[in-house]
Amino acid sequence: MGMTLAEKIVARAAGRGHVTPGEIVTCAVDLAMIHDSGGPRRVAPILKRFGVGLWDPGRVVLISDHYVPASDEETRRIGEITRKFAAENPLAGFYDGEGICHVVLPERGHLRPGMFVVGGDSHSPTGGAFGAYMFGVGATEMAGVLATGEIWLTVPETIEIEWSGRLAPGIVAKDIMLFLCAKLGMEGGRTQAVHFRGEAIRSLGMQERMTLANMTAEIGGQTGLVDPDDTTAAFIRRAGAEPGDILRWQSDADAKPTEHHRFDAGTLVPQVAAPHSPANAAAVTEHRSVPIQVAHIGACTGAKIADLRMAAQVLKGRKASVPLLVAPASRRDQEAAARDGTLQILVEAGAKLLPNACGMCAGYGGALDEDVTCISSIARNFKGRMGPSSARIYLGSPYTVAASAVRGRITDPRELLS
Amino acid sequence: MNTVQYGRAFVFGDSVNTDALAPGIYMKHPIGTIASHCLESVDPTFATTVRPGDVVVAGKGFGIGSSREQAAEALKHLGVAAVLARSFGGIFYRNALNLGLPVLVCDSVDGIGAGDLVHVDAATGVIDNKTRGTTLSAAPLPAFLLAMIADGGLVPHLEKRFADRRAAARQS
Repeated sequence: MGMTLAEKIVARAAGRGHVTPGEIVTCAVDLAMIHDSGGPRRVAPILKRFGVGLWDPGRVVLISDHYVPASDEETRRIGEITRKFAAENPLAGFYDGEGICHVVLPERGHLRPGMFVVGGDSHSPTGGAFGAYMFGVGATEMAGVLATGEIWLTVPETIEIEWSGRLAPGIVAKDIMLFLCAKLGMEGGRTQAVHFRGEAIRSLGMQERMTLANMTAEIGGQTGLVDPDDTTAAFIRRAGAEPGDILRWQSDADAKPTEHHRFDAGTLVPQVAAPHSPANAAAVTEHRSVPIQVAHIGACTGAKIADLRMAAQVLKGRKASVPLLVAPASRRDQEAAARDGTLQILVEAGAKLLPNACGMCAGYGGALDEDVTCISSIARNFKGRMGPSSARIYLGSPYTVAASAVRGRITDPRELLS
Repeated sequence: MNTVQYGRAFVFGDSVNTDALAPGIYMKHPIGTIASHCLESVDPTFATTVRPGDVVVAGKGFGIGSSREQAAEALKHLGVAAVLARSFGGIFYRNALNLGLPVLVCDSVDGIGAGDLVHVDAATGVIDNKTRGTTLSAAPLPAFLLAMIADGGLVPHLEKRFADRRAAARQS
């Protein structure tokens, strides 16, 4: 029997001809990505205990994004530890304040199809958008990877999610994922490989595919794969890297995914998730007229250049009626937004620009006020996610957040898109 | 003397997430501080009433969300002996085992009430509910993970491996 894309990558990393879901294998890691929160400050003391260094610094990328910019004594210290680690190790890359790790990693050409990649962050499935098996682990496990270059894995089941047809204007990857959070739930606990397929997925640009793969974390997936194609190859070449053998990294025609779900993209409407879970998603019309006090466009899943352009489409010639906070996901994406006029539209609409970092999304850098209702383009709205437990966070696409910012209440963006 | 140690059960529902276990605003602080706020948005008294040896029992999706290891570390810091749940967030599950905290998938958590005295045997998956006089079962952990937990988690486990390797290198 043939193998799914996930099985092919895991088999290659495990040095095996064939693997079957459920068996436990040991895989060689092609690349490890760490950030300032779960990275050096937590892994360096463990490596010291082991009495070893990095197994291969040329396969390690370090990105500071959680405690950027430093705001107090503790975060300054974390920044120092991070920079010291980068100075002491000849890493494949160190990016300090350049943006959020999941966006910066592919932007700088570190990902290509078929790679087996471990990231020290739960949104690491983002790398699956490039046809790489990328998944998140905690700090201790990462220390083990950095010391040995290996990790154990239960060969995942593959869940295929097919989206046929085309998304209507104003409906985007974020809507797909919020819909799936409500439809499939978040408690699967199966650590499966989710494989996004179908015409609607093929027609998405890379950053939209990254949003899909990113939020696979919310539906309990270990990674979220998209078939590599010409769109993938073009992105990687623009990032200054070589995409490799794209045709090799496709599911076999006779591969058997464990489950197959099929949805019609043409009938999807904008989705909004109510507090305190992405699984509380429903059509935007269900939440229409909920007053909001803050609108937030940020994070790896919601403030890439593609996301900023969506917001600008709504905000052009309009003003936000509530505070609108925008944290572009990377410095390069912010520069691109400045070049094409996107940034000017956002600022003229009243947007306050925040640093190119995780910021409020992780609740690490800045926080909402007590008791406010916020609509945000981030991935999670768990209680306390953006600081106080009393804050109510609604989730929506950048289109929906921008439209809601204009009206001061949750708004169907299609009403403002002509 | 080999007496069985029982711990009190703290029972939670579905989807206890990592923002509840290790709130983001305390993440820059040491584990003791994070642990003192563990689960406060779900049960404000948990961190002050839980004692070493107690057991956390939950429904589906325990530990969903972030990769932050402090979510599992906070429970370990408070002395939680084991977590039983219908299912776990994938990264939390690995993190807990790596820290030497037994986490077991158990379909019969309904048979445990808040405050019940229970004992969990991670090797066999047998759960002894002393309060109700019942025996429940969880999926036992595979041998290589039990070996890691027996060593105290991934760090001491690998530490041993690297030490053995150095000793072998010296002898050859």
